[in-house]
Amino acid sequence: MAKIQEMATVLEQTILAESVYSMWLATNVAKEAAAGQFVSLYCGEGSRLLPRPISICQIDTDRNAIRLVYRLAGKGTKEFSKLQTDEQVRILGPLGNGFPLEGQHPIVIGGGIGVPPMLELAKQLKQDSTIVLGYRDDQLFLKEQFESYGQVEIATDDGSVGLHGTVVDVLRQKNVTGDVIYACGPKPMLAAVKKFAEEKGIKCYISMEERMACGIGACLGCVCQTKEVDAHSHVHNARVCKDGPVFLAEEVEL
Amino acid sequence: MNTQVNLAGVTLKNPVMVASGTFGSGAEYSEFVDLNRLGAVVTKGVANVPWPGNATPRVAEVRSGMLNAIGLQNPGIDVFCQRDLPFLEGYDTKVIVNVCGKTTADYLEVVECLGQEKRVDMLEINISCPNVKEGGIAFGQDPKAVEAITKEVKKHAKQPVIMKLSPNVTDITEMARAAEAGGADVLSLINTLTGMKIDINRQTFALANKTGGMSGPAVHPIAVRMVYQVAQAVKLPIIGMGGIENAEDAIEMILAGATAVSVGTANFYNPMATLEIADGIEDYMKRMHVENVQDLIGAVH
Repeated sequence: MAKIQEMATVLEQTILAESVYSMWLATNVAKEAAAGQFVSLYCGEGSRLLPRPISICQIDTDRNAIRLVYRLAGKGTKEFSKLQTDEQVRILGPLGNGFPLEGQHPIVIGGGIGVPPMLELAKQLKQDSTIVLGYRDDQLFLKEQFESYGQVEIATDDGSVGLHGTVVDVLRQKNVTGDVIYACGPKPMLAAVKKFAEEKGIKCYISMEERMACGIGACLGCVCQTKEVDAHSHVHNARVCKDGPVFLAEEVEL
Repeated sequence: MNTQVNLAGVTLKNPVMVASGTFGSGAEYSEFVDLNRLGAVVTKGVANVPWPGNATPRVAEVRSGMLNAIGLQNPGIDVFCQRDLPFLEGYDTKVIVNVCGKTTADYLEVVECLGQEKRVDMLEINISCPNVKEGGIAFGQDPKAVEAITKEVKKHAKQPVIMKLSPNVTDITEMARAAEAGGADVLSLINTLTGMKIDINRQTFALANKTGGMSGPAVHPIAVRMVYQVAQAVKLPIIGMGGIENAEDAIEMILAGATAVSVGTANFYNPMATLEIADGIEDYMKRMHVENVQDLIGAVH
């Protein structure tokens, strides 16, 4: 699929939870994008050089738009959060590989700011998925939208909603079963999900995150460690931006 | 209008090249850039065997720049010759291969291998990477070592040799003279400046390697100064690099004494930067009524 670099126009920007923003962008990236891919957004402020990789939360081909749901992490995302309707932002995408659509009974898992990319996936799976979402507290951004695509289970760090614990605690306590797992979230969560999948013998795809520079596979900044020698790098490293961000859990070391 | 420049007998169609390590071997950027329009493609550093590089995080942004500590991850010379060089076969541009090593023998092994490769127009010897413990910069901070490795490489090289110099020295002209004495054909400068960033929220280093090489527009004036100094100190042609993001920056570097320029970090935030710079140089030449780009080299002296 072709990568598009252009100025995207902000259709709408809203706050979903503390420091979590939702931005719809009109962009031709929508024509090419798949669930689990990401885009690079460039800052307007010239001293902030590097693109910010942000996962695609929703793809709306009718409106030729994509939705990004992101957490304020620094000055770059702060700048994006101030963009108003009709303002423009430079975008490059879609980037990365995305999730393969497999299985009859998928388990879709998102933790924290790893929740957003799972929404488009849950929609595209068109199966009765089990969806397990982990949040810090009772600010359950996007939860209601997930409910259209399957049975939603919640875990919170502070116990304010759902199970007081992690997404893997939910998987164990509720005896969640399925034939494929998809997960995105912080590294400790992915490691726990990987372990769970190995125990149960379930195929597991995880979406990884790493600091990036180019976003297209040239700079080798964003590698993750692989179990076997990687076919491209010929060492135990794969590029998160190009070979990922989605990997079979068994192929990467966490 | 003539935009051609000459580096040790190799004619580039224009002075715009890419900086090693920012462009892979061209495959990824070929989606954005017509490689035929570049004076040369300079590939990511390649060693005799695959190198895994450093732990992550390997990159961090700083104001008007970035730090990287990739650690010269590369697939090794065999894969490079089997996969990356054939890819470049189809393009009408010069190919400069950046060579790295931990020991003199490592460098020579790669240089020997590349001697068999017709597609390789020049070699760039990286004696200035700040991110690897052995080799790299260890060769580039002592004039005796610079001269010695240059001599050894020249003995074995079939293509013209570019020595890539580090700015992390007290007097870069001393290293430039040493490379010239060792028989270098061309010099390229500057490699990145050693820097550090600390994450105050996590109270730890932004890079796993603690230090990294700084690049980007913030280092441009330093690079211009060093190119100017080196141009006065030696007779060799210079490839100028350091923070070039537009044609103005590139022209500045040429006026300071560079025969060609390399675009590095700018590729990351503007994949089309090289082409815009090539066009911008032509626009400048028209506007300033310059017939031959070579008339601009060192014109400020």
